[in-house]
Amino acid sequence: MATSSSPMLLVLMILLRVVIVLVVLLTTIAYAVWLERKVVAHIQSRWGPYLVGPHGLLQPVADALKFLFKEDILPREVDRVVYYLAPFIAFTMAFASIAVIPFGESITIRGETIPFEIANLNVGVLFILAVTSLGVYGIALAGWSSNSKFPLFGGLRSSAQMISYELSLGLAVVGVVLIAGTLSLREIVEQQRGLFNIVKQPLGFLLYFTAAIAETNRAPFDLPEAESELVGGFHTEYSSFKFAMFFMAEYANIVTVSCLATLLFFGGWLGPVFGPPLLRALLPLLWFSLKVFCFLFAYIWIRGTLPRFRYDQLMGFGWRVLFPLALGNVLVTSLVVAWQAS
Amino acid sequence: MAPLFYIFAAVAILAALSVVLQRTPVYSALSLIVVLCALAVVYLLLGAEFMAVVQVIVYAGAIMVLFVLVIMLLNARRESPVNRSQMARRLGVPLLAVFMAEILFAVWGHFSNAPIPAAEFHAGPAAVGEVLFRSYVLPFEVTSILILVAVLGAVVLAKKEI
Repeated sequence: MATSSSPMLLVLMILLRVVIVLVVLLTTIAYAVWLERKVVAHIQSRWGPYLVGPHGLLQPVADALKFLFKEDILPREVDRVVYYLAPFIAFTMAFASIAVIPFGESITIRGETIPFEIANLNVGVLFILAVTSLGVYGIALAGWSSNSKFPLFGGLRSSAQMISYELSLGLAVVGVVLIAGTLSLREIVEQQRGLFNIVKQPLGFLLYFTAAIAETNRAPFDLPEAESELVGGFHTEYSSFKFAMFFMAEYANIVTVSCLATLLFFGGWLGPVFGPPLLRALLPLLWFSLKVFCFLFAYIWIRGTLPRFRYDQLMGFGWRVLFPLALGNVLVTSLVVAWQAS
Repeated sequence: MAPLFYIFAAVAILAALSVVLQRTPVYSALSLIVVLCALAVVYLLLGAEFMAVVQVIVYAGAIMVLFVLVIMLLNARRESPVNRSQMARRLGVPLLAVFMAEILFAVWGHFSNAPIPAAEFHAGPAAVGEVLFRSYVLPFEVTSILILVAVLGAVVLAKKEI
């Protein structure tokens, strides 16, 4: 927070941070899509986007323009209010969670401290879980309001899937929170200065990573939009920019869970820092981005390699394997923490 | 903070009215979610960040999702008005008045304008956990067993039909 300034300036600074973070996030999303198409293409021995710009680098721009200019189709039997509301809920919730993610250490210029995050909440971890859990409404309501078979199935599946995997996701995070003794993301990262949490919570990390894939509806857990059986799932009836909003929400969620994985298990922005002051200020940002990039790549890699689960296998895996493991992890971690404390 | 409180209090009341007055079940459920989120903002304004977030996670994020899921499964569309029972018609308003009076009476007794000093205001995760798992551990456990019994009952009832 700026210490010695007027409220007006304070609000302006916050707005500036919001705008910068949103621009960075949107660019990341656009190029995550490009990266996904490229990586999956190379996995399948294809070239991927190649025509728009060098190596298809301008493809995201072309895609965005296409989405904007497509005809916006409103099916006749839809529930209009909810049909319009659903993409907005999905989009807003996906973008809101980025607000509490710290990207780097605060730097001080001429007495003014500039934090690398929009809001420093002392319950940051829970805030992200809360916002993610609201995101499911976007998908469920999209499926219901379309008033059509396949979207309804997609919506139902995704609600059931997200509720089931949210439990394992939350419990996997509890392990880290127990060790750290705080819910503030900044403090959790600061505590990993000596040793990253991945060493203390290897099982917790695996559980988090698996549950996060299901939570973001990605392959091999992308049942809500399984195109081979559900046409397009919950967004079958959506076209034009409303479809683009679901699309962006999905990728924003992937970026958020990647950021959270980096912060909770891989020490966030921590890494070797050296050189002149400017480099010192920017290196943490670089480490953070690199780690998040690795997660994004791993997500795409998994999507390109693994076949989709069957629906009953998915639910069985969530409840019979992931959930007991997560509970066991919490139990063992809390026992160890209690033993160390006494 | 006062204007924000009034805005979100008004949102909560309007949405609560909408829960009762809507004819389509999904709209009622959505209105209830708005009520819960508006209440979370009120908690936030009181400085109880933990309570606000837990309110959203548990009620809006988990319980209401199940509500919406059930409504979607039953494919409940617009309700048709039924002939209300005579008893409801005659007793409804007087009973409402009695309940309102009771709530007002209860609140009035504890109402004071003096703000709670910040040192006495504990709403963080540690403070809540301390109270929940030390002072009220028995009621907490009994409640969880009650919920377990309800879940078992639901499973037994559902299995009977298969």
